[in-house]
Amino acid sequence: MNKNVFIKALSNPLALAGFIIIVLVFLLSMLAPFIAPFDPNDINVKAILVEPSMQHWMGTDGLGRDVLSRMLHGGRISLLVGLVAVGISTAIGIILGAIAGFYRGWIDTFIMRLVDVMLSIPSFFLILAVIAFLTPSIINIMIVIGLTSWMGVTRLVRAEFLSLNEREFVTASRTLGAKDTRLIFTHLLPNSLTPIIVSAVLGVAGAVLMESGLSFLGLGVQAPQASWGNILTDGKEYIQFAWWLSLFPGLAILITVLGYNLLGEGLRDALDPRSGSSK
Amino acid sequence: MLKYLIKRVLWMIPMLIGISLISFFIMHLAPGDITSNEAAFNPKASEESRQKLREMYNLDKPVTVQYGLWLKRMVTLDFGKSFASHQKPVFWQTTDTDGNVTKGLIQEALPITLMINLLGLGITLMLAIPLGIIAARKYLGWQDRFITLFNFIGFSIPGFWLSLLLMYWLGVVNNWFPISGLHSLNYESLDTWGKLKDSLSHLFLPVIIPSITGLAGITLFVKNGMLDVLQQDYITTARAKGLNEHKVVYTHALRNALLPLITIVGLSIPGLIGGSVIAETIFAIPGMGKLFYDAVLMRDFPVVMGILTIGSALTLVGNLLADVAYAWADPRVRRGVARG
Repeated sequence: MNKNVFIKALSNPLALAGFIIIVLVFLLSMLAPFIAPFDPNDINVKAILVEPSMQHWMGTDGLGRDVLSRMLHGGRISLLVGLVAVGISTAIGIILGAIAGFYRGWIDTFIMRLVDVMLSIPSFFLILAVIAFLTPSIINIMIVIGLTSWMGVTRLVRAEFLSLNEREFVTASRTLGAKDTRLIFTHLLPNSLTPIIVSAVLGVAGAVLMESGLSFLGLGVQAPQASWGNILTDGKEYIQFAWWLSLFPGLAILITVLGYNLLGEGLRDALDPRSGSSK
Repeated sequence: MLKYLIKRVLWMIPMLIGISLISFFIMHLAPGDITSNEAAFNPKASEESRQKLREMYNLDKPVTVQYGLWLKRMVTLDFGKSFASHQKPVFWQTTDTDGNVTKGLIQEALPITLMINLLGLGITLMLAIPLGIIAARKYLGWQDRFITLFNFIGFSIPGFWLSLLLMYWLGVVNNWFPISGLHSLNYESLDTWGKLKDSLSHLFLPVIIPSITGLAGITLFVKNGMLDVLQQDYITTARAKGLNEHKVVYTHALRNALLPLITIVGLSIPGLIGGSVIAETIFAIPGMGKLFYDAVLMRDFPVVMGILTIGSALTLVGNLLADVAYAWADPRVRRGVARG
């Protein structure tokens, strides 16, 4: 990606805030085994539903497990699912979009109709249906979210390729006898990279939300493994007497997703010469 | 216009075939076949019910024949009977030989989900259009910045978390609104006015939450649309000929800025239908989302496949309606100048 775009984006205070949030959440999650005060799955019957205190900063849950430790470990899962799912969807999107935009013709029509069909199936239904036939597990969740969210990237890459294909430098390269692979990998793809990265950053926000929703419904990450979504499911049971179980995981999801949305929109603004807000 | 309409309806046929292929593919994702224990099919299920499932989806026949029969099911809207809910028909009511009518599961659930989503959409539009206009007119002013911040939070907040918080605050702490179901237990004994009040208070939370989470996207859309339109030459002309600002914004600009909103509302349908799963589960609303979620938990495959197909078909119909409305509203499309 163009380095200037990134620097320009970070001069926008909202985008900078997003970037800082992402880095902080990432560091906290990665360091979870070292900084978590307790074992996230350690059941302590003497400390059930303890309010936030000096010892348990975010209180304990219905089994006496330390919520802060579960949150830190849960963050690893949420980020892992988000990043891998977006990796899958972006890879599929780039491949299909590149084929459609470069070769055009019937293959383009076929891929774009596939995109239309996929978009007409409510994605949450699609994901739940697939999980009904398979079993919920972290790997399945990542694959299923990835396989159901590639349509936007495909459209984007195709549109970039179609417009770049008309540009002089591509025509020149083609006239000089460059092969298809060379045109795609040295000219078209590198020049489409920035919008792809914007869409991937925004995609992580969507994937984290999706995973937490699935885990909340009990169809995502399975107990005893913690994820922000399934801590909230426990929180729902105790909502009348343990507010901390519902408040903290929700805030964590909100802040993380907000971080990716802020950075993504900041990058988009910096990229778009028409927008004046990042001046 | 008629030609456009026919073209647009015919266009749905390949889409439906695509949907049937994808749903057929999903059904075959299960390891082994869907009757095997690996597919998380209830291990206690009798050999008889396995056999029934195999017969229903013709699992003993070659794949191409299976697909043909699946397609036939889709076209005739015959999704069989539910395993879990006392053999109720999945889609539409059936009458047995004694003339007893058994209502279909989707037949009962769909109107509830449609009503909630239409009410929610109405509220969203009523709030989003004024907010979008304000943000566009005060572009980069404090009002715009405030609305932008609100939009970012709206995009990022998990709907189910917001539901929990509001349920806690409005339902548990203050006891202003009931937090589950569509009616109170004493619903039947209420008079008409009481029934209406009871229904509305039960609907409040399930309707307001999707409207809040959907607000951000539509507000942003209206704002960007207005910003675009306000830069057009005909707006400058309107101002130059001395029209007051109110008239310029509300008569000249707004109509054109809102036109693309028709398409966006159409495109938001799959999200609304899919999003109903979480809201209906939390508030125990017996709509499509709850029906689907329960079916997934019970591995009630006929219901899962039925809702997946009907949900997709509804999306297609919604998009069709949006396109037709757009064509009707936009003279360029109506006269066949632009688009197909």
